[in-house]
Amino acid sequence: MQVTPAAVRILAELLEEFTGQELTQTRQWRVGTALSSVMREHDCADLNALAARIAGNYRSPLARQVVEALLNNETYFFRDLAVFQDLQDTVLPALAQARAEKRRLSIWCAGCSTGQEALSLAMMLAENTAIWNDWQVEILATDVSESAIRSARKGCYNQFQIQRGLDIARMLRWFTETEDGWVASEKLRNRITYVTHNILETPPTTRRFDLVLCRNVLLYFDTATRKKAYARLDSALAEDGYLLLGGGEAVRGHTGLFMPEKGRPSFQRPAAASARSGADAMAAVR
Amino acid sequence: MKTCLIVDDSRVIRKVSRHLLEAMGFAVSEAADGKEALEACDAAMPDVILLDWNMPVMSGIDFLGQLRARPDGDATKVVFCTTENDVAHIKAAIEAGANEYVMKPFDQETLQIKLQLVGVA
Ligand SMILES: C[S@@+](CC[C@H](N)C(=O)[O-])C[C@H]1O[C@@H](n2cnc3c(N)ncnc32)[C@H](O)[C@@H]1O
Repeated sequence: MQVTPAAVRILAELLEEFTGQELTQTRQWRVGTALSSVMREHDCADLNALAARIAGNYRSPLARQVVEALLNNETYFFRDLAVFQDLQDTVLPALAQARAEKRRLSIWCAGCSTGQEALSLAMMLAENTAIWNDWQVEILATDVSESAIRSARKGCYNQFQIQRGLDIARMLRWFTETEDGWVASEKLRNRITYVTHNILETPPTTRRFDLVLCRNVLLYFDTATRKKAYARLDSALAEDGYLLLGGGEAVRGHTGLFMPEKGRPSFQRPAAASARSGADAMAAVR
Repeated sequence: MKTCLIVDDSRVIRKVSRHLLEAMGFAVSEAADGKEALEACDAAMPDVILLDWNMPVMSGIDFLGQLRARPDGDATKVVFCTTENDVAHIKAAIEAGANEYVMKPFDQETLQIKLQLVGVA
């Protein structure tokens, strides 16, 4: 079966409208597999039939389901271990010092998928009682995918998910085995608020975050959309805060709003006022 | 090159694991039960041992007890790799001195990250 250019255009447009993501050539060949169960459920013989059903009706539940199925929700606990080590050894202690007076720490996981990233942070913070004991620590975790957020709120992981990246001592300490899977402890889940939210829209609160994680999300955006996302993230970050990107995601050439930290390229700091271009900061409102 | 000893009574599993570990750059040797594994350790102590639980002659947990009792038996990292997936087994393994625990089935990336966690990959 040949997928018509018109069908590809419809799917690309839908994905772009809801998530800002590009359906690049390299992703197109996976679309059939990603959507196979949706097609089966809705009796669509092929992608052309599915595209025809959603054409002109992007707000329908079916369209929503297609978007959800096209998103890559791949994630795991303590992904990029070295980066979590850096967080623990240098970035979090620096923030603890900078916020020592108010004893309040705000973290935003943007594009949190099914919650493993936010839980990894919550575990690290909860284990380090010497620093964070009587602090008010809040983690806001957001994703554009409703199904990912639903599953994150449950905090329940199957065998495949639970042993991906998580060491066995932490699994025993922070998770309980149930019939449905391994459930994260109340203590961790109480620290995290999960909300459906699109990065390209106004940040979910007016509060400025001390640390923003946006890992393995921006790589799906084209250059203009990425600029817009950076402007949004910048507007949500404290002046002395940190932005953490995924391995191999670089700000250089994409925005003047952030500068990579020396020796720790995954960590970005807001650029000095003098170095910022007004165009980059305005990208969000275009 | 880091060395890995695979201890499992199933030849198929040993073959699959060997494949994964060689792809990760390990020099691999095999043993079919705990007793063979102890003999292999006598000959050369590996950097890491991938250990099944249920085996004839000597089980994984008995092997681990004997390994850790040896004067030179502490440095080797032991990763249990088994279908015994309940908390009681996992806790018993940790108590006996296992460094990590992988529940079967698993995929290559999961194993690789576990090996990173114990510091051999
Ligand atoms: C590959 S996962 C990465 C998850 C996690 N941050 C990590 O690094 O393991 C990317 C996530 O970004 C989400 N996402 C994609 N576009 C988004 C957008 N415009 N706003 C918010 N989240 C988005 C997807 O739904 C998906 O869950």
